[in-house]
Amino acid sequence: MSIRAENVSYIYNEGSAMASTAIHGLSVSIGDGEFIGLIGHTGSGKSTFIQLLNGLLAPSEGRILYNGKDIHGTETDLKSLRTKVGLVFQYPEHQLFESDVLKDVMFGPKNQGLSTEEQKERAVQALQSVGVSEEDFSRSPFELSGGQKRRAAIAGVLAMRPEVLILDEPTAGLDPRGRDEILDLISGMHREMGITVILVSHSMEDVASHVGRILVMDDGNIRFDGTPREVFSHREELEEMGLSAPSITYTMEYLRSLGLPVDTGMITISEAAGEILRCLEERNA
Amino acid sequence: MILAKKLSHNFNKRDDDGNVVEVIHALKDVDLEVRAGEFIAVLGHNGSGKSTLAKHINALLFPSDGEVVIDGMDTRDAASLWKIRQEAGMVFQNPDNQIIGQVVEEDVGFGPENMGVPTPEIWERVEESLRIVGMLEHRKKSPNHLSGGQKQRVSIAGVIAMHPRCIIMDEPTAMLDPGGRKEVIRAARALNQVEGITIILITHYMDEAIYADRVFVMDGGEVRMSGTPREVFSRVKEMKALHLDVPQVTLLADELKKRGLSLPDGILTDQELAAALGLEAGAGKA
Repeated sequence: MSIRAENVSYIYNEGSAMASTAIHGLSVSIGDGEFIGLIGHTGSGKSTFIQLLNGLLAPSEGRILYNGKDIHGTETDLKSLRTKVGLVFQYPEHQLFESDVLKDVMFGPKNQGLSTEEQKERAVQALQSVGVSEEDFSRSPFELSGGQKRRAAIAGVLAMRPEVLILDEPTAGLDPRGRDEILDLISGMHREMGITVILVSHSMEDVASHVGRILVMDDGNIRFDGTPREVFSHREELEEMGLSAPSITYTMEYLRSLGLPVDTGMITISEAAGEILRCLEERNA
Repeated sequence: MILAKKLSHNFNKRDDDGNVVEVIHALKDVDLEVRAGEFIAVLGHNGSGKSTLAKHINALLFPSDGEVVIDGMDTRDAASLWKIRQEAGMVFQNPDNQIIGQVVEEDVGFGPENMGVPTPEIWERVEESLRIVGMLEHRKKSPNHLSGGQKQRVSIAGVIAMHPRCIIMDEPTAMLDPGGRKEVIRAARALNQVEGITIILITHYMDEAIYADRVFVMDGGEVRMSGTPREVFSRVKEMKALHLDVPQVTLLADELKKRGLSLPDGILTDQELAAALGLEAGAGKA
């Protein structure tokens, strides 16, 4: 699996007085099995970009290639592409609609033209992998708690067995417990099922501790692309874009400004603690 | 200013025929007192009773048992209902559900207009409220052209224009990006410190709660912990057991302690951590 965007631009309301460019000249490659964090302030083009990736929007210019083939070319069936590149929208639980949880999750495989047995098998497996218990399968999706609803909605996309899973702020509006559960779930799917994951997030802490690569979007293009440590070393530029580094980075910078020579590139708590102890020992030696 | 005595709230769950099948105890014997001018943060995970409590304070819900008294007025007294709702304004999570006007200043004027405030005074209030939240320059814009943080500040201005003595904010930053969150929290703190309005901030974000005078932690419909942010956040283990976060720097201090460093409890800010590590401000770059 590979996705490539080649010099992609997207203009809303093209040709009208309301035309506005959301993406311009964006190029990027995403490889098999990557875990990518996509960050950017509201209006930076993140949502447009992910909709281009699964063919919900067609580029005004440039191409999106899936396994080397133009997704809007004659060789590609867009409908099957969308089952391979699954998109979980913001507040996906608003899209639950069936009379019970199992039927709701079966809806995707049903549209793929699978037999009823196969739909059921996939739905059960997807629900189990997101941790919805069997006694809830026959309940109305609207009786579930907020976190459970969101899991069921994610299962609806998983049941189509996508190769790539794109999640648009999957933890928005959840409490810390729900957030940790969903992030652990996504990390687990990436690790155990080998799914390529693109996670859109506003939380720098969540991104710092989970993903392997970060794409930072600003003004319709990718401004930074690298490991969390590389990207968060551009603290000032990130702030200019309305973003920030993880809060622990600021703590480390503050300690350094007071004369403790810590490496400020630390982005998780345990890294930072190790670095502080190392410096203290050196100082006392 | 706000007094809850043995406040309980039960929701009845009914089957298709309207028979009660289950009683959910959303609040159980909650006692609390908030003084005028305080900044209170309420923490707790989903379903802990935070929002139910908030709705009691502006009389959207009424006690199943116990009582809620706002400025001497019992919420169950129908005659005081409108006065209570005017005194205790409410800001909700999603700004898009709260904004109704086509133009920012019209939206903000909606509340006082409904209260029967004379027109010239409505405009005064609109201007004053938008200035407090830093949105005066956007007064002629359509709310559709604002960012999430700006919209939420307009919602807050709409509440301020009714001249409440207390504002309850129910997760006002949950749907905002980091920039928007900062804008809204700055506005809330200014309201409290400059205007002296009592603020009750319901949030999941611990870094927003450290500015509060007092923090209440709710779980299972009860107030499980209360105290200053320092008192509450120093109980890292209990907070974690309730699946709540503590500020990142507090976690860092806790991790350092686990690895053998001796540090005091309840470090909440970078400055406090530096002091505890024996670093002095003004030491300069090494």
